[in-house]
Amino acid sequence: MTSARDEVLGRVRAALRDVEGADEPVVAPPGAAAPAGTSLVEHFAERVADYRATVVQCPPDGLAAAVAAALPDGARVVVPVGLPDVVLAGIASPVVDDALSAADLDAIDAVVTCARVGIAETGTIVLDHAPDQGRRVISLVPDRHVCIVYADQVVADVPDAFPLLDPVRPLTWISGPSATSDIELDRVEGVHGPRHLHVIVVDESS
Amino acid sequence: MTGTFVGMPTFPSAARTALADTQLRHNLAHATGVIRGKRAAVVGEVENWEDLRLAGAAVKDRALRSLDSRLVELEESLTARGAVVHWARDADEANRIVVEVARAHAVDEVVKVKSMVTQEIGLNEALEAEGIAAWETDLAELIVQLGGDLPSHILVPAIHRNRAEIREIFRRRMGEVGRPAPDDLTDEPAVLAGAAREHLREKFLRAKLAVSGANFAVADSGTLVVVESEGNGRMCLTLPDVLVSIVGIEKVVPTWAELDPLIRLLPRSSTGERMNPYTSTWTGITPGDGPQEVHVVLLDNGRTRALADETGRQALRCIRCSACLNVCPVYERTGGHAYGSVYPGPIGAILNPLLKGTGDPQTDSLPYASSLCGACFEACPVRIDIPEVLVHLRAKVVDGHRDDRVPKPEALAFRGAAWAFADPGRLGRAERLSSVAGRVLRRRGKASLGRLPGPGGAWTDARDLPVPPAESFRDWWKRTDGGERE
Repeated sequence: MTSARDEVLGRVRAALRDVEGADEPVVAPPGAAAPAGTSLVEHFAERVADYRATVVQCPPDGLAAAVAAALPDGARVVVPVGLPDVVLAGIASPVVDDALSAADLDAIDAVVTCARVGIAETGTIVLDHAPDQGRRVISLVPDRHVCIVYADQVVADVPDAFPLLDPVRPLTWISGPSATSDIELDRVEGVHGPRHLHVIVVDESS
Repeated sequence: MTGTFVGMPTFPSAARTALADTQLRHNLAHATGVIRGKRAAVVGEVENWEDLRLAGAAVKDRALRSLDSRLVELEESLTARGAVVHWARDADEANRIVVEVARAHAVDEVVKVKSMVTQEIGLNEALEAEGIAAWETDLAELIVQLGGDLPSHILVPAIHRNRAEIREIFRRRMGEVGRPAPDDLTDEPAVLAGAAREHLREKFLRAKLAVSGANFAVADSGTLVVVESEGNGRMCLTLPDVLVSIVGIEKVVPTWAELDPLIRLLPRSSTGERMNPYTSTWTGITPGDGPQEVHVVLLDNGRTRALADETGRQALRCIRCSACLNVCPVYERTGGHAYGSVYPGPIGAILNPLLKGTGDPQTDSLPYASSLCGACFEACPVRIDIPEVLVHLRAKVVDGHRDDRVPKPEALAFRGAAWAFADPGRLGRAERLSSVAGRVLRRRGKASLGRLPGPGGAWTDARDLPVPPAESFRDWWKRTDGGERE
């Protein structure tokens, strides 16, 4: 008996008898640049805010204060193991993620992470879940996600992000808080993912 | 609990029922109008949208042209990263694989990411038959599942339901399958979404096994991609220990870099956003993060049949954005149920016959569910020439009836026309006959023939058939010497 694998591949080959393969990868057109007179970082901040996320900009020495301001009083906050000290300084009593269970995380109010790339045109933050961002689950279950993006991590558009991302790592692309338009196409922010996305853009010039 | 599309009537009779439902038509007109407007705005922002469409189409074509080697490459990269790869010839085989994985872990429930392919293969019903509950976690899919209803749109499957109906479904059904809806449930969308959040969270937290589809499968890296909005996808892809992803073999993208144009095209075409809230990508197993047992089922189920069709194979480029539904004048009036399939609208009208083959009356009615206006082709982000494929499939449907013992009236009429046109003498005689009829009718003051009797009635029900001219073109030419002596 032929295996399903052999049979499916055999059918594919039979279907393609008249077709020649194409070897050269497709080169896609370039992405958009920031509008004239707007910096990449401003464009990014504007586009993220467009999704009704909270966006604040701060200089590097204002980061701890900005993190503290993003967290409600008394909030239980989970952090990834590799969160930089300068960020930790803004969190009163952080819970460091040590393989916490989903149920543990469900009892936590907020998470603070860094990011890998910010995409200005689409207002997207990409996490590659390196140690300063932590496991996927920690930035998913708590209801508030405070995410730190450095100005030099911001790129113009999607094609500029691809070469910076390693597909072998799990990636999470985040564009605003979780949302649905399933009921009469009325947009509602916040279904299963964090209902509050708070982005801190760290910029020398701000 | 869930409805099924099996045994649906042909498009014309299903459409007649849908057209009589004014609430449905109101919901559809509103929904498609809103999405059309959003899409137009964000597509208008992209200066080189046409180039991007060309690139998107080229990427999918490149994958399809050497699909055999891409699939082998995908299998190798997935296996190298710890995933278990299965192959399935058809729906039954794919369903069996999921059931076996569920049995191996002794689970009686799975959580599901919204996925067209699992609907196509009837996975929920197959699991239910084995005593395994499949919980839909997308809000619209939850509404459809709890309502014992059928999806009517690719992107927003509950597009045919309004907020009051949804509130009723939640109040009545949530308690039977888990956490009940709160007593003070209103019909505010935010409140309804909140109830879904609470209801599903307990299911997410305890789930051991999740089932997903994939929007894309990257051959060179072995990466699967799920594009979503609510975060239910992230929950399913991250929390359970075991993940089974069912991937149609046409989902392959050759390389990681070539994912770029598709990621730019999909959200703008689909929800009319610059980017969807969440996109998750994963490559096999990541130690310590997410599911530690990952299965990928590569599914044919008719895709190789579509691939063998030279004109039709372009339909396999489809990235399920649903832009063609929202611009379709037929879909806007009938809604998705009339198409009798999980793939409704213009893309469904070609995809169903391509996947299943022609010959069944329901499937054969679908290529005619179009005015061939071409709006679907204009909207398609991967440039599927849907009108071209519709015409091609109509020819196939007609060819399927060439040897019918009792020919259709239409076939008889065309046979007669062919006989008359084949000989100038016959044509001349036919024309003179029709001129005589025309003169008689005109003398009675008739400009159109009104409703024809018999099979011709189907044509004249909605159209005027003008009376034949009093003089044929050839008689006029002879009389006036080609217009010289008018």
